[in-house]
Amino acid sequence: MQKNGSAPEKSVESQSEGGLKGPENPSAPKVTKEEYKTMAEKASPPSPFLKNALMAFLIGGAICCLGEVLAQMYMQGGIEEKSARALVSVTLVGISALLTAFGVYDNIARVAGAGTLVPITGFANSVVSPAMEFQSEGFITGMGAKMFIVAGPVLVYGISAAVLYGLILWIFRLA
Amino acid sequence: MIQRVGENTLHFETGPCLLSWASVAGKKESEGPLGGYFDVCHEDTALGGKSWEQAESHLQGESINVALQKASLEPEDMDFIFAGDLLNQCISSTFGLRDLQIPFLGQYGACSTMAQALGMAAVFVESGAARRAAAVTSSHFCSAERQFRMPLEYGGQRPPTAQWTATASGAIILGREGLGPVRVREVSFGRITDLGISDANNMGAAMAPAAASTILGYFRDTNTTPEDFDLILTGDLGRVGSDLLYTLLEKENVTIRQKHNDGGLMLYDREKQDVHAGASGCGCSASVLCSIILKEMEEKKLRKVLFAATGALMSPTSTQQGESIPGISHLIFLESGNP
Repeated sequence: MQKNGSAPEKSVESQSEGGLKGPENPSAPKVTKEEYKTMAEKASPPSPFLKNALMAFLIGGAICCLGEVLAQMYMQGGIEEKSARALVSVTLVGISALLTAFGVYDNIARVAGAGTLVPITGFANSVVSPAMEFQSEGFITGMGAKMFIVAGPVLVYGISAAVLYGLILWIFRLA
Repeated sequence: MIQRVGENTLHFETGPCLLSWASVAGKKESEGPLGGYFDVCHEDTALGGKSWEQAESHLQGESINVALQKASLEPEDMDFIFAGDLLNQCISSTFGLRDLQIPFLGQYGACSTMAQALGMAAVFVESGAARRAAAVTSSHFCSAERQFRMPLEYGGQRPPTAQWTATASGAIILGREGLGPVRVREVSFGRITDLGISDANNMGAAMAPAAASTILGYFRDTNTTPEDFDLILTGDLGRVGSDLLYTLLEKENVTIRQKHNDGGLMLYDREKQDVHAGASGCGCSASVLCSIILKEMEEKKLRKVLFAATGALMSPTSTQQGESIPGISHLIFLESGNP
């Protein structure tokens, strides 16, 4: 065991380098990866942070305001608060799905960024857009299989977290 | 006769002749600054197809058909076709060209594919293996987005370094005999160059070292300088990649700023068309070359042009696994006139 202890390690290493190594490319740029990383960072314009944050605040805020207006309207219509809040989510998801279907949502999101991504509208868009996109591969292997390709991780970790927190709560209540 | 020059350059004694060329463009591309130069401009992004993949196949089939018509040739006059695109297993090429029944060799060099295909076709023609050979590539914004990025209608923001995949195709037909205005003089196939960039939204930065390596190698092999050429056309480094290319070459005391342009910077109006760092895709450098560049060469406004297309040789899988992006660049020296 000890004897071949180091040998396989070496071969794994050379494999990860792509096996055989050719001669040095005489005309390769004479910069190291670290130097080039700095050069690339310097040459790449950063995202317009302030503008993005402002637009996200304004449009995201507007969506939340719309939600509140809807809630008040439902309650005025005689629906109790808990159901009204649930109806707001349903309405916002519906609007977002429609806007996605008509090809408008991505144009708003281009400007709004996190403003349309974080509210429930972003979740609706992330389910509807792959559903539309992968329809060409059929309803089962395309739309059905790929519908949650973007939203999947949110569901997996969202539900896992809910289970975990539920367990913690349950244990504390037992005690 | 093909002669090896220096480290890595192939010199053609006769030089295959460009019998014809054609470019086909989508709506956004037609609305850009080169709109007037394309042979066919499409209003409908789907091109009447049922899927984006069908649309792209149609683009590619159309560009080679237009090129054949321009040269008054039939598919049976062609000995080989070298074709490529960005989609998995190069389906735009196989489906777009299957009816032509020309001996087919699929190529993949990401956005550098046009230079790779043209270089291969030139070698085949110059060596006598083919009387006539064609090179054709395509890309489509929508088919590339769904394979490499997000669904089309997904609401996301692109960083300023991102490039926009062109919906376009370009085709060139090379022949041994002919009186075409432009000839392929030299070809330099590049080496894979990787300086560790792993951001798939910054392909220009990933590809610039490959372009620098191939261009520098060509100048060394042929004892030439940027002053010997009218234009050095890279594609598709975009704004970020072009700036990095200047910096990399200037470290070696080679200045190309005055002679350089980039397909990714020419295809769109970057400010008005919201394409961030510029255009990309196999169809970008192909359609820019097969429109304005070859037209200006035909009119002798440009005589000596270095066409160095660049490609980012990654896949969505390698990016997700955290690998860096290897770049490649192939160079073609085109000359107009019959000296």
